[in-house]
Amino acid sequence: MSEKSYDLVIIGSGPGGYVAAVRAAQLGMKTAIVERDRLGGICLNWGCIPTKALLRSAEVYDLIERAEEFGLKVENPSYDAAAIVKRSREVSERLSKGVGFLMKKNKIDVIEGSGRLAGEGVVEAETKDGKQTLKAKNIILATGARARTLPGLEPDGKLVWTYREAMVPDAMPKSLLVIGSGAIGIEFASFYRAFGCEVTVVEVMDRILPVEDEEISKMAARAFKKRGMKIMTGAKVEKLDKQKNSVKATIANAQGKSETIEVERVISAVGITGNVEKIGLEDAGIKVEKGHVVVDEWLRTGVKGVYAIGDLVGAPWLAHKAMHEGVIAVEHMAGVKGLHPLDTKKVPGCTYSAPQIASVGLTEAQAVEQGHKVKVGRFPFTGNGKAIALGEDQGLIKTIFDEKTGELLGAHMIGAEVTELIQGYTVAKNLETTEAELMHTIFPHPTLSEMMHESVLDAYQRALHI
Amino acid sequence: MPTPVLMPALSPTMEEGTLAKWHVKKGDTVSSGDVIAEIETDKATMEVEAVDEGTIGEILVAEGTEGVAVNKPIAVLLEEGESEDDLEGFDPSKGAPSAPQKTESEPEAAPAPAKAEKPAPEKAPAPAAKDPGGKAPPAPTDASGERIFASPLARRIAAQKGVDLASLKGSGPHGRIVRADVEGAKPGAAASKAAGQAMAPAQSIDARAFYEEGSYEEIPLDGMRKTIARRLTQSMQEIPHFYLTVDCRLDELLRVRKELNNELADGGVKLSVNDFLIRAAALALKKVPEANVSYAGDALLKHKHADVGIAVALDGGLITPILRAAETKGLAQIASEAKELAGRARDKKLKPSEFEGGSFSISNLGMFGIKHFTAVINPPQAAILAVGAGEERTVVLDGKVEVATVMTVTMSCDHRAIDGALGARFLDAFKGFVEFPARMLL
Repeated sequence: MSEKSYDLVIIGSGPGGYVAAVRAAQLGMKTAIVERDRLGGICLNWGCIPTKALLRSAEVYDLIERAEEFGLKVENPSYDAAAIVKRSREVSERLSKGVGFLMKKNKIDVIEGSGRLAGEGVVEAETKDGKQTLKAKNIILATGARARTLPGLEPDGKLVWTYREAMVPDAMPKSLLVIGSGAIGIEFASFYRAFGCEVTVVEVMDRILPVEDEEISKMAARAFKKRGMKIMTGAKVEKLDKQKNSVKATIANAQGKSETIEVERVISAVGITGNVEKIGLEDAGIKVEKGHVVVDEWLRTGVKGVYAIGDLVGAPWLAHKAMHEGVIAVEHMAGVKGLHPLDTKKVPGCTYSAPQIASVGLTEAQAVEQGHKVKVGRFPFTGNGKAIALGEDQGLIKTIFDEKTGELLGAHMIGAEVTELIQGYTVAKNLETTEAELMHTIFPHPTLSEMMHESVLDAYQRALHI
Repeated sequence: MPTPVLMPALSPTMEEGTLAKWHVKKGDTVSSGDVIAEIETDKATMEVEAVDEGTIGEILVAEGTEGVAVNKPIAVLLEEGESEDDLEGFDPSKGAPSAPQKTESEPEAAPAPAKAEKPAPEKAPAPAAKDPGGKAPPAPTDASGERIFASPLARRIAAQKGVDLASLKGSGPHGRIVRADVEGAKPGAAASKAAGQAMAPAQSIDARAFYEEGSYEEIPLDGMRKTIARRLTQSMQEIPHFYLTVDCRLDELLRVRKELNNELADGGVKLSVNDFLIRAAALALKKVPEANVSYAGDALLKHKHADVGIAVALDGGLITPILRAAETKGLAQIASEAKELAGRARDKKLKPSEFEGGSFSISNLGMFGIKHFTAVINPPQAAILAVGAGEERTVVLDGKVEVATVMTVTMSCDHRAIDGALGARFLDAFKGFVEFPARMLL
C-alpha cells in the first residue's frame, strides 16, 4: 500500500473536477485526480458532448430532408444508426483523451480507481492494484450525479432507457415515450423525432421545459408539435407494462383520465440525483440533503479542507456551473483575492433541440415575483435578414429589464443557433451593463445577433426592424 | 517628453471657444511670453502666450476652428533636444499638460493666472438617447481626476441612491466597483455632504514606508481629522485658488474698540478685534455683493446675506461656525454670538446647520503672532480671509515715516466665482471699514 502527499486531491474527473485540477496546477498546487471510469466524466463521455454529436447528425439530416427548399437535389436520403452512434463515441473518445493530455501537461497525477474520504486529509483510492492512500491538504468532491429513478418506472436498460442507453441505440426505435421534458428529455425527443420516430413527451408540470420562461416554453411546445411530436403536459406516467419488444404505458392525462399507449422504447429523464454514496460522507460527517451534499457559498462542506462542487451539490445541473465552482473552490483554498461566489442568475442554460433554447437570468414571471417593475423586449426571427437567409425564420429573443435601474434581469431565446448567442447577454450580465450600453453596442450585420440588439431596443420601444 | 498645449479657459464658465488665429507655425521656436495664438469667445478675443520654451512640434487644431473644448490639446511643444520623432506614439490627450497658458487680457490687477486645469477625464460612452431611464452617467472620477472603475449598473444605482462612488472600495476584478458594493453602501455617503463624514481621502503615498517601524507613534485619524483631510484636499484639488494681500492700519479701530469696551464694561460684552473684522467683512460683502457667491458647477449662487464663518481651533482640529446674516448685526450682537458659537464649538456641541454653508470665512492667527499666511477655502464658500497679527510697523505716509499698527490680511478666492479685480474691490471695501470704523455705522 503506497502513500503520497498532495496539496489537493479531487475525486471525480468530470468537467468540475478536471477544471479544478488544471486551475490548482496553475496556482502551483501538487494535485491528484481520482477517476473510477473515464476522464471527463458524464459530460464528455455520456452527456453534453456525445449528445451534441448525435444532434448534429439529426440537424444535418433535417437539412438534407429540406434540400429542395435550398435548391438542392438529394434523392432518397437515409441514415445508418450504427454510424451515427459510432461518430458520437469517437467524438467522446477524442475529448476524453484530450483531458488526459491536459492532466499530463499540467503534471496532475491521475489515479484510476474509486476514491473516498478516509479520515482528515486522507483520500483512499481503490485501484485495480489495490488500495492507495493519498494525503491531501485539501479535497474536492466532484463525483457528479446520475439519473433519478421513479418507483414503478425504473429503467432496465433494454426497454426503459436512461440517457446512457438512449445515447447508443442499436437501431432507431419506431416509437418512443420520453418521461420528463427538461433539457435531457427534450434533446432526446428532438433527436429521435428527426429520424422519424413517433415521440410522445410526458411532463408532469403544466408546460415543457419548466425552468424556461413561460412564453418560450409555449413556443417550444408549438414548434415540437409542428415537427410531429406528441406532447402531454400536466400528465403522469402511472405504469409501464413491459412486453417482449415494447412497453405499454399508462398515462394519466391533464384531465385525470388514464390512457394507454404502446411504444418500442421509453426514456426516463426525470431529473438527476447526486452520487453521494460510498465516498465516505457519513463517517466524515458531511451533510447530505435531498441527494446532494450541502455546501456554503465557497463550496465548503463544513469539514475542514473538504469542498464539493458540481452536480453533487445540486442544481443547476450544468457542466459550466461545475467548472466555475471548481475554479471558485480552488481559488478560495489558495486564498486568491477578489473572489465572488457563484451567482446562479448568471449561469446560462442551453437546450440543443431543434429549435434550440437558451436563457440566462430571471424569467419574466420570476422577475415580477421578485418585485421588479419590468420592461420586456421581444424580437422575432422573422424580422432578421440572416435568419431568413438561413431558412430559419422561426424563433424569438426576449429580454427583461428592471425599469428603475436598467439592469438586464433575464434573456430568453428560442430558434436557430441561440445556444451560441446567449453568451453575449451573459457577458453583459456579468459586466453589469444596463440597456444603455447594450443599445450602444454595434452588432455585426447580417447576423442572428442583431436580434439581441433589437430585443433590447424593443424593450424601450425603439426596435428598428419591426 | 513633448508637452501638449491645451485650449485655455478664458473665464471660469468658458467651455469652448474658437481658435481664431495662430501666430506660430510648425517648427517655430517660441519662448515664454510669446503670443502663440488668438482665442475667441462670444465675448472677447484673447491672446494665448507660451509659458514654456521650445519648438512647435505639431499644430493640432487649425485656425478658424470653432467649438474647441477647453483643455483640448491644440498644439504640441517640443523641448530642447526633442525632435518630431518624439511625437511618434505620443498621445497629446494623455501627456503631461503644459504649464498654464497665460492669456493676455487678464486684468493687470489680478495676480492669479488663469490656470489650465488637468485634461478633462475620459468620458464614458455617450449616454443613451432621450428615452426614460436611458441615460448612462458618465464615468465618474475621484478627487484627483482619476477614472473610477465601476460597472454601468453600479454607476446608475449609485446615482439613484446618492452614493458617492469615490467613497467605495470595489470588490470586482482590479477593484472595479460592482452592484453589490453599491448596494451595501449607505446612501448619503456623498462626499459633498459636509462635515461629520468620516472618510479620509485615499492617500497615494503611505508615509509609513519612509520611517522605521517603532520610530513613531501611530495615531488613528478621528472623524474630525478625516473630514478636514478630505474636505481640504478636495478644496485644493477642485478650487483654483488665488490670493490677494493687503495691509490695513488698525490704530483707529483699536482706539474705537477701547472706547466702546470702556462703555460696555458693565454690560459684560467685550468687543474683540475679530468682531470688528467680522462686521467689516460682512459689510464689505454687502457693498460688493458679487463677491458674496458660491460656485455651483453650472451657476453662481449669489447669496442674499453675509453668512460669515469664523475658524475656531479645537483640540486636534478646527471647525468654522457661521455667524448668519452678519451684515444685519451690530458689533455687540456679533461679539456675543461669536463668543457663544466659539464656546459651543470647543465643547463640540454645534449642530451641522451651524457650521455648514456660509458664504465667507475669516481665519485669524494674529494672536499667535503670525504676520501673514494663506488659508484654504472652505467649500461651498468662494473666499476666506487669513488675518495676521496687528503689529507696530513703520509706514510712509505723504512722504513721512510714521509708526502705525498694521495688520496684513490675505484673501483666498475661488477663481471660478471671483476674479482678481472683484476680489480687489472687496478687499478695498474691507480695508475701508477697518481703517475707518466709523463707516461701519453708516
